[in-house]
This record gives sequence, C-alpha cells and structure tokens, in this order.
Amino acid sequence: MSKVKSFSGGMHPEYDGKSLTNSCGIIEAPLLEKYLVPLMENAGKPPRLCVAKGDKIKKYQLIAEADGFVSAHLHAPTSGVVVQIREVPGPMGTPVTAVEIEADGYDHGEAPFAPWEEWHSKTPQELLGRIRDTGIVGMGGAAFPSHVKLSVPPDKKVDTLIVNGAECEPYLTADHRLMAEYPQKVVTGALIMGQILNVSRIFIGIEENKPDAIAALGNAAAGTAVQIQVLKVRYPQGAEKQLIYAVTGRRVPTGGLPFDAGCVVQNAGSAAAVSDGVLLGIPLVERVVTVSGEAVKNPGNFKLRIGTPVIEAVKLAGGVTEEPGKLILGGPMMGFAQRSFDVPVAKNTSGILLLPGRTALNFSSSPCIRCARCVEVCPMKLTPCLLCAAIEGNRLDLAQKGHVMDCLECGACAYVCPSRRPLVQQFRRAKNELRKKK
Amino acid sequence: MSDNISENIKLPTGEKLVLSSSPHVSASESVRKIMLKVIAALLPAAAAGIWLFGLRALAVILVTVVSCVAAETLWCRLAGKRIGSALGDLSAVVTGMILALNLPAAVPFYVPVIGAFLAIWLGKQVFGGLGHNPFNPAVVARVGLLIALPAAMTLWSPPRGMDKNYPQAEYFFGSAMMKKVAAGELDGITCATPLGLMTDTRKIVHTPNDRHLIAAARHNFDKVSSPELLKKYFWGVRSGCIGETCTPALLLGLVILLCFKLINWRVPLCFIGSAALFAGVIHWFFPGVTPPALFHLLTGGLLIGAIFMAKDMVTSPVTNWGCVIFGMGCGLITVVIRIWGNYPEGVSFAILLMNALVPLIDRLCTRAPFGEKERKKEQIS
Repeated sequence: MSKVKSFSGGMHPEYDGKSLTNSCGIIEAPLLEKYLVPLMENAGKPPRLCVAKGDKIKKYQLIAEADGFVSAHLHAPTSGVVVQIREVPGPMGTPVTAVEIEADGYDHGEAPFAPWEEWHSKTPQELLGRIRDTGIVGMGGAAFPSHVKLSVPPDKKVDTLIVNGAECEPYLTADHRLMAEYPQKVVTGALIMGQILNVSRIFIGIEENKPDAIAALGNAAAGTAVQIQVLKVRYPQGAEKQLIYAVTGRRVPTGGLPFDAGCVVQNAGSAAAVSDGVLLGIPLVERVVTVSGEAVKNPGNFKLRIGTPVIEAVKLAGGVTEEPGKLILGGPMMGFAQRSFDVPVAKNTSGILLLPGRTALNFSSSPCIRCARCVEVCPMKLTPCLLCAAIEGNRLDLAQKGHVMDCLECGACAYVCPSRRPLVQQFRRAKNELRKKK
Repeated sequence: MSDNISENIKLPTGEKLVLSSSPHVSASESVRKIMLKVIAALLPAAAAGIWLFGLRALAVILVTVVSCVAAETLWCRLAGKRIGSALGDLSAVVTGMILALNLPAAVPFYVPVIGAFLAIWLGKQVFGGLGHNPFNPAVVARVGLLIALPAAMTLWSPPRGMDKNYPQAEYFFGSAMMKKVAAGELDGITCATPLGLMTDTRKIVHTPNDRHLIAAARHNFDKVSSPELLKKYFWGVRSGCIGETCTPALLLGLVILLCFKLINWRVPLCFIGSAALFAGVIHWFFPGVTPPALFHLLTGGLLIGAIFMAKDMVTSPVTNWGCVIFGMGCGLITVVIRIWGNYPEGVSFAILLMNALVPLIDRLCTRAPFGEKERKKEQIS
C-alpha cells in the first residue's frame, strides 16, 4: 500500500458523526406496502414514464425509460400495482413525479438480464450497454448516468479509473459499510468499468478512517489490477477534482471534466451496482442508506429500495428521540434540507439525517471579519470572503473574475466561518444568475 | 412492518423542519471566541506592563477598556443597534486592550477616554461596525492622540529597574532629573525613550557636512545601542508604552496567536524581517544616521505592532501573498519614518498607511484557482 495522499486546503469537521453508524452493519429493510419511485435525475433529463395507472408490474420491470443519452432507466423495486402517478416532494427541494406502487407482497421478479459471470469475454460496448440497461447512476451525489461518464469522447485519452470511496461527508457511512461488507462487488465493478475504459490503472480511493473497509478491499483486490489508495481524512476529499489530484497528482483544468485529466471517477456504490448488473443481471433498485443524526433513536445503515418514503426509513431506525429541527437527504455539508417526511429515497440518496433543533437552527450571521479561514480551506483556491462581498455588492462581474463559477459548493468555507456567513448560498445565487446571463 | 411495532415508535411530525441551504453544520468557532483568544494572547504583555510600570499601568488598562465598552454601548444606543451583539463579540475589549498597551503608563486619564471614543466611534462604528472598518481602530486612536495630545502621549515614566545605576542613566534622565533619581525620589520622574534619544541625535546630523556632529551622533548611537542596554531593552526595562517594552511577553503572545491560528505568520515575519533588513542596510552604509537593526527591533512599538496591530483580521489582506506584501510594506515604512521622519516612532503610521492599501493588495493577490494553470496550458496547445 502506498503513501496516504490528499489535496491542499480543505478541513476536517470538529465532529464528524461517523461513530454513530460506522460499525452498524447493513440491515436489509423489510418489504413495504407502498413505494414512491421518483422520476428524477439531478443531472440530465428525467426518464420517460412507460407504465400507467392500474398496470400490474413485476419486480425489476422497466417503469421509466431513459430520455436521450444523458438520462437513465428506472425499474420497479418490487412487484405490485401502479396505483397512482403523482407529484411528491422531491429530494432536491422541487416536486417530482413519482410512480406510486402498491406492493403485492410476493416481491416477485426474475433478473431481466442474463447473468454474465464470464464478463471478461464481453466487449466494452456490451458492458456499457448493460450499465445503461440497468439504470446505474452516480450514487454519491449528482446522480449522473454512469454510462455517460464511461463514454469517453473520441478526442480524450483516459488512462485511469478511480472508484470514489472517500466518503468525506460527515455522518455518512453507507459507502464505508458497503466496501467493508461487499468488497468483492466494489472491486469487480471497478474491474468491469476498467475493461470498458480499457485502462490498467484502477484505483479505489478511500479515507484512512475506514480501516476495516481498507482491509476488506485489500483482500478482495489482491491479485487484480485494482489498487487501494488510502487518503487523508480531509473534507472534501471525495470531490472529483480533489480526489483525482490526490490519487494521480493531476489537476482537472478549471471548467473541465475528469476526462481532461485522463480520468474517470465512479462512486463505490455505483461500482457495486455495476457488479450486480453484470454478474447477476439485475437493475439498480436498491441502495445502502445511512439513517443517522442525533435525533434518530437507533442510527444505522439500511439497504433501502428506491422509492422508500423517508418516514419508513426513520421507522426502521427506531423513530426519533426528540423533535428534529432539520431533515437532510445526503450529508450535512452538501445535502438538501427537506420539508416533508414523504420524500422518497432516490438513487443518489446516501443518507437520511435528522439533526436536532439545537444544532440545525443557527441562522444568526454577523459581518465578515476577514479572518481568512475560508481562504485557507477552499479546495478550489478561491477567495470566498471577497467573492461573497462582491456578490453582496451586486458586482457579479467581480465574482465571475474571481472564478465563482469554479466553486464546488462543498461548504467548507461556510462551515469554518466564525461569522456564519451564508457563503455557499450567495455563490449558488451568483452562479445561477451568471448562467442565465450567458 | 407490522403495526404494533410502529405504534411504539415515536415519529417526527415535520412541522418544525427548517429549510436552508447547505452546509447544515458549522464549526463552533465564533467571533466572540476569536476575540477571547486574542485577549488571552494580550495578557502576557499586559501583565509585563503592570509589573514594569506599576499599578498605574493597570489603571490605564482598566480605564481604556471600560471607556471602549462605554463608547460601544453609547454608539449602539444612539444608532439604534442591538447592544448585545455589538458588545457580545468582545471586539471593544480587544480594541481597548491594544490601545491601552500603546499608551504611556503616566498618561492622564482623560487621554484613554478620548482615545476610546476615537477608536470605537471614528475608527470603527462610523464605517458600520466590526468588519467594515478599513483601519485598525486602536491604531487610529493612537495616531489621533499622538497628533492631538503630543505632550500627554510622551509622558514617559521609568519602569521598575530603571534607576541611577541604569546604563547611560544621565543620558536618559537628563542632568536635572538625574539628581532626583539619585535621591530616590522616583515619583513623577520622566525620562526619554531610546527612540526619542535616537531621533534627537539624528536631527543634529541633518545639519550637513559637519564631521564633528556626525562623529558625535555616531557616538550617541553607540551609547543607546550598547549590548548592555539592548539586554535591558529586551527584558522590557526601558521607558515606553505599557505593553510594548517586554519582548518575551510579546513573543509569548505571538506563540498563543499562532497556536490558536489567529494570525498569518507571514505578517509579523515580513514586518519584523523587512524592518530589520532595511534598518541594517541603512546602518551599514550610513552608520552616522541610525543605530543598528537590533536597536530598531527592541525599541519602540515594532514588536507589538507586528504581532498585535498589523495582523488585525479586519484590516489586513486575506491571501498569503497579500500578507507578505502587507508585512513588508509595514516594515519598510516604519523604518523610513523612524530614520527620516519627524516622529521618533513610525509603526502606527506604517500600519495605517498599509491598511489603506489592503483592498488594492487583496485585488492584486488573488490566487489562481485549482486547475487554472492547466486550463491555460490547454488553451495554448
């Protein structure tokens, strides 16, 4: 195993909440009576519905078809009846169309695709087609369709695949447990994607604070092309550009994509899904989700089907110990605050966090005292305090010159800010307005 | 899941859920905590000042801090601001302490009161309060007082240990005072500061082309910068402002600031380094114009300025290179004023001048974002 690597800048939260769940083995959730499968893709187009109200469906049946290249298929998480197509609160804050499925209790369905245990003999096109067929997306956050990320433009040369197991977000341990308990799936998924890309450099980047997962992956990867790269515990180590830099020493040009640094990055959960899709022939209908936070009674990691309403996940975790002040889908640094417990689990829902009011309800912000902590931690080497001042003074031109468009919205600046400035919020606003102007 | 299990589970209602932008957690650091740490870092220098200059120094510190807090409260009342949040950040206490450490112990009490209003009102609140002030409030007050009340601001009293046996005692006390010193009547005695003596001597040299004068000046510079005296200066046994004399206490404060990550080390390093280098070069070429570099470091307010006043967060640059330029500018201007200016001391003026340049420095010293070089390379190829 080589040296522990990292990037410059970033920070480590004073309290990362990982100890709440990092030793909680993955618990398979029992079958529910009802699922609300959301038709959403955060990046790209939502898929086109191909079932109607009243249809009887089988488990793994295609219920919405990819609409165009940058879109992903959606499959039924169980067998039953489509009782309704309706709008539900979406995980990103905006309402989404969801297919309400009433489970029939049989949970019946065969793998819709042929299991390819001898995947080595398949061509990259065949394997890529399988990834598209099984509806796999980036399960770490952006839900970007995996087949798109694996389709290298002809003018780019890719020589490295990195599987992102950094999981730098506080509280989340879903990938950690997945890698510790199913290391074989992650390694196989990585090898399959390596074959698609025709690369020999395959890394799994993982933060030092997951020794059991590192050991498990090390065993699983022994004798294969996959190398385990241990990374420093440093937020945002899992951000694509920072991960690529830590692992390969290459910098993705500003405004560029990982392709431009000869890399493709895939989430560890996605790698495991690729393994299931190819070896077992089953599409992506479930994922590991961390249900945690100080307001949750029994925090843990659960294998939930896509479309599980959040309230059911909270029930699995034993309910709450106190009235939560904030419900977050994703991690506390980049996740989305929710208004309702009816919001369903989507393919990119890595965590369901319930934070008590005392930690979540801090709105008082005071003027910037220019302490420069934000400058120190910005992983993109921007100057957040000056950018924020420019935006507040309606000088979007200055913000643009200050490269606000390169902001990752990782939130490290806002986390360390002693004045609790709404930095990320201002940057999002500026980015939106600048995009509109184009 | 069967119903009898879920009945026992306490489920949330979602009524009190708060919607807000990420991130949803934050560090426990606050402006108040930062100010508390700065106060902790100032304590060694304050304690040393009280030890050296007596309880009078303690009284000056208390009067200044209380006046600053009073000035802040009064402003908030008049301007209709919330008093709690302005006082709660403790910045008025920090300003008060820094200002007090920059006053002579013998100063009449109305001086720190005026100074407090200068600092809090003119230095800070007229610009909109903490975070909006372009100049370091304590330095604004010190410079204002120095110009408006020069006599009161230069009432230097001898510290503990500065008596008739002090090296070159006659030179510091003057012959009239020396009799009182010798008699042990130390109450109400004033004396010169090393920098003051240096300036007096230097002014003689401004009458050019007189070899005798220049030789006399060199002789005087040698006197005030003898190794014996430099040792005294180092331990703080020299006349000066309450908090500026004791080097070990100031260095301890620097260590505290660095441990708490409250200052960028580049500012004090470049400030002190450039001042030493520049003063050293001048001394090398024109030994009759100024004493050696070490004299400059151990006298006046160079250290307190470099450690506590220059890297005031609000009024110094935010990037590393900005801090380098800012620190070097402060060091150079300080030495220029000390050697060629009309005032013996130049630290405060230097800091104010560089404060004014901070927005420009910030603008010129923005960093290239991560990956910007690679983008430019790609564009060329």
